[in-house]
Formats: sequence, structure tokens, C-alpha cells
Amino acid sequence: MSFDHYRRNFLGGVLAAGGTAVLPGVLFYEIAHGRSPEEGVTSRNRWGLLIDSTQCAAGCDACVTACSTENGWAMKTGPQDPQWIRKVELTNRSTGQKHNLPLMCQHCEHPPCVDVCPTGASFKRADGIVLVDRHICIGCRYCMMACPYKARSLVHEDLRDTQLASVPRGKGCVESCTLCVQKIDAGDNTTACAEACKSEGHQAILFGDLNDPASEIARKLAQFSSREIRADLELNTGVRYQGI
Amino acid sequence: MHIVNREIEGRSPGYWALLGGLGLLALLGLLAAFTMEHHGHVVTGMNNQIVWGLPHVFAVFMIVAASGALNVASIATVFGKKLYKPMAPLSALLAIALLAGGLMVLMLDLGRADRVMVAATYYNPKSVFAWNVLLYSGFFGFAAAYLWTMMDRTVNAFSKYAGFGAFIWRLILTTGTGSIFGFLIARQAFGSALVAPMFIVFSLAYGTAVYLLVLLAAYGWSQRPLGDEVVRRLKNLLGIFLATSFFFVVIYHMTSLYYAKNWPFERFILLNGGVYTTLFWVGQVLIGYVIPMVLVFAPTTRGRRAAVGTAAGLAVLGALAQMYVTIIGSQAFPLEIFPGYEVTSSFYDSGIHEYDPSRWELMLGMGGLAVALAMVAFAVKILRLLPESLADEVLSLHPPKA
Repeated sequence: MSFDHYRRNFLGGVLAAGGTAVLPGVLFYEIAHGRSPEEGVTSRNRWGLLIDSTQCAAGCDACVTACSTENGWAMKTGPQDPQWIRKVELTNRSTGQKHNLPLMCQHCEHPPCVDVCPTGASFKRADGIVLVDRHICIGCRYCMMACPYKARSLVHEDLRDTQLASVPRGKGCVESCTLCVQKIDAGDNTTACAEACKSEGHQAILFGDLNDPASEIARKLAQFSSREIRADLELNTGVRYQGI
Repeated sequence: MHIVNREIEGRSPGYWALLGGLGLLALLGLLAAFTMEHHGHVVTGMNNQIVWGLPHVFAVFMIVAASGALNVASIATVFGKKLYKPMAPLSALLAIALLAGGLMVLMLDLGRADRVMVAATYYNPKSVFAWNVLLYSGFFGFAAAYLWTMMDRTVNAFSKYAGFGAFIWRLILTTGTGSIFGFLIARQAFGSALVAPMFIVFSLAYGTAVYLLVLLAAYGWSQRPLGDEVVRRLKNLLGIFLATSFFFVVIYHMTSLYYAKNWPFERFILLNGGVYTTLFWVGQVLIGYVIPMVLVFAPTTRGRRAAVGTAAGLAVLGALAQMYVTIIGSQAFPLEIFPGYEVTSSFYDSGIHEYDPSRWELMLGMGGLAVALAMVAFAVKILRLLPESLADEVLSLHPPKA
């Protein structure tokens, strides 16, 4: 074996070994977009839901119950009680056709609630989740006037220590679906409603990253027709509906 | 003849009874605010459907009336009508007082009234509400500066500039107040560029009505002469502003009716909305526009001061009815989230939303009104705001014939 040949093999081997060592890291980094808790959220993700009303069963409120348990709001239905998510039954006025679907904050790209909030307590995270900062909400309810989906509630009375550590709430503040932000930040990659629907075997709620073309939600949105509620307002909602 | 402004004596039992009565109402208002703060909005009739209730009716009425009350001063300073000049200080005072009363109600109705400072320290430049925080403060500043330049001879030369600034500012302010509603894209009742100019016209009517009432009361109770010419001009203005308001309301509903999608909402307000329909036709139109216009223009009543006072009082009642229909009626009708569908849910997505105002809300609203009027009653006692006489001959309108 000539020296040149040996040298070529040696360099090739070193490069191959080095590549093998480095590549998975590079690849995994690309795949995972991993984020440590200290790292802020970015607009690389846009979290959303795809709701298939054809899979949503009449009378089933598993998503509502799960949301209530996860976020600590009582499932009371008086006119003053907060409801973060509700089951809606639609009947077409001219054809009589019926649909069932869950309705919650639609996590708009251009949220009217964020526009009108005087203090900036209503805000949208970089990853598209619309939230209320309980520290600076003054309870003016302008966001409730502005929301086209009636997705927000005011906490009308004392919470009597029913809050969960992971979900701060407050009397006199406005609240709504957070897309289970505490679960997303913990890396669960799902919401309580989507989990509950799945475990009921209905598959009506799919959670995912709208910005990731490889995600199931993005693939389904690309494949099937879907719509935004009040699409005429062009708010580019993060929650999309199929079957209505 | 020289016009002299002088404090009212303010020592009569009647004066103290007035101040005491207003003070009591203000205290009841504070009690209501404390109760709402302590227990939360659960003690009110407001809910997650009717999110703005009776306090907003009073607050928006007063804020809109405040900018209109400044109108009398604007006519003097900006439009150069000398007759109105002696009446300008009361106009500026009333503007400040009404705005203070209105804002008091608005702030104390917040879910977290204790955080009112947050509205000043955190600012969202896209919010019409946040613009209004600046507009209200600016209005106080302009009206106060205007009052100062009118009352202090050393700075009297600047009065015209202050008056002009206040006039421009008040137009922007009411545009801002109207836009709080006008910019609500989601609600069938709003989302219209017409709302802002309509609120400006409302403000002229509300402000003139309140001004007339306060003027008649102040001169009647303090037994100072008030000439017919002043009353005649103000009641004519009121009539014209009411007619213009009526015109805007007709156009607003006609525009809305032209869109098929708005028919259910219009049917609700105009035909079958129960209390809202009654308040619209009887409160807003009949009591608020038609009867006062007849009273101020009909040959048999237009010369009578009692008729003019009644007209102004009815215009105020009509204005409150109008605010009730505009603010609460618009929320009572369910939001059209799914056009073309009947909707049922646990969150009251269908049917007309119930609203039963609580006594706390009424007390808070009345309390704000009482604070505004008490400010006026107190200020005219300690400041030289009111001319000793507004008699026709004092205003040199009818020079004595030789």
C-alpha cells in the first residue's frame, strides 16, 4: 500500500467518523427545535387547532370537562360564570343540517382583543397564543366587546382559592382559552381538549404547529378544505374548522 | 353695561340642601363602588353577555355631554358671538365637572378599579381606549387653561388660543368616544364610521341640554336676572342639535337596514326588542327628540321658560335612553358568530341576553352625576364664574331707545 493510498484512507476515515459524530446533533437540532425553559418562544411555531365537526359527537363534552380540570375553572353555566370552551350545536336555518363543535378563543393572528386592550394586558405570544396578563388587566371588558367569538369571560366573583398553581386567574380580570400554554411550555405538545377528545375516540380536535409543513395539522390543512369562523373579518385564526 | 362675575352667596338652606343631597348621592355611589370592588361584579346585573351595563350608560352620557357643554364657550371664543362670552366660564366648568363625573363612574366600574394607575403606566398605542386616556387628560388641561385665561385678566389675551385649542380637542375627544364603539368590528350595531360624527352631534345636544338646565337652575335659585334672549338662543340651539341628532339616527338605521345581514338586529331594536324597542321609540325618539323639539319651537310654548326647562330635562332623559339602547341593546342581541345558523350552547349564544340592572349600578351612575353637579354647585360659590346678571339690557342686545 502506497503512502498516498494510506493517507487517503486515513483522511476519509477521519472525515467519516467526524461526520458521524456531528451529524445526529445537527439533524436532531433541526428536527426538534428544542427549547429550554429559559428560552423565549419564537415565531418559528404557530400553535393551533384543527377541529373536525364531523367527528364531534352531539352531547359529548369531554373537551369542556378536560379544559375545566386542566385550567381550574368550574363548569358552571350561569350568565356570570366563565366558560373557556363551550360545545355549540348549529342548525342550518334553510336546510336543517346540524353540526356540533367546540368553540374557544380562536388565537387570531390579528386579534381584536389585543388591538383594543388599553394596557396591553391582552397580548399575543410570538408563537401565536393569545393570552391575558393577569397582572395588568384592569377589568375594563373592552376585549369582551371586541371579540367576534365571545370567547372571553370576566371573573365576576372571588375564586376562593380554587386556582391551580399552573394557571393563575383573578377576580375582576378577563380570561379565556390559553391553548393550554402551560402544557405547551412543558413540551407536552397537546392541549387538554385535544387529549380528551382523542381518548373518547372522536378525533375531532387536532393540536399542532401550523408553521411546520411536516406536522399532521399542516398536512391536513393542506389536504382538506377547512375554514375560519367569521372568515370575513380576515383575522387569520389559529383554530380552523372542517365540516362546516 | 359692564358685566360683573361674582360668586353666588351660597348660604341659603336651599343651597346647603342641594349640596347635601348631591353629597349623599355621591356617598351612595362610593358605597356601590366599594360593594362592587369587594364582592366583584357578581353583585351587578352585568354578566359575560352584557359586559357593559348601566354605569357605562351614565359614564358615556356624561363624557359625551362634557364635550358638548363646552360648546357655549366655543360659540363665544371660536365663532366670536359676543352674547355667549359671559356664559363661557360656566360652560368650561360644566365640561370639566361632567368629564370628572363620567370618568369616576367608568373607573369605579372596572373589574380591578384598584389598578386604575396601570392604565397610565402601561399603554397600548393601538387601543382606542388608551387614546381616550390621553384625550380625557388633554381635555381637562385645555378646559382648565381656558377657564384660567378667561378668569385671570393678566392672561386674558391667551383666552382665544386656549378656547380654540379646547374646541379642536373636544372634537377629537368625542370622535374618540364614538370610536370606542365605532371600531368594534365584531358587533352588528357598530363597526361604522358614522358612529364618531354621530357622537359629536349627540354631544352638542346633550351638552346644551345640561347647560340650559344648570343655567336655569343657577339663575332661578340664586334669583339673578336671566334675560329671554339668552334662553331663546340656547333653546333654539338645543332644538337644532336635537333635530340633527335625530337625522343622524335615521341615517344610521337606514344604512344598517340596507344590509340584509343587519335586518335581524334592526328588527330587534326597531320592532320586537321589548324594553329596547320601547326605549328607542318612546325614550329616545318621543321623549328625547319629538317632545323637546315641539316645546322649543311651537309658538305656544317656545316663549315659556318652564317649557324650555322641561324640553332640556326631557332631552337628558332621552339621551340616557339613547345610551341605554346604544350600549346595552347592542349587547342584548346575540353576536352573529355563525351567520345562517341557529346556535345553541351553554354560553348563551342564542336568544336575547337578559340584563337586570342592580341597584349598585344605578347608585354608581347617579353618584357620578351627583359628583359632577356638586362640583358645579361648589365652584360657583367659591369662584367668580357666573355674571351677576344675564338680563337682556345688560348684554346690550336691545339698547334703550332714545
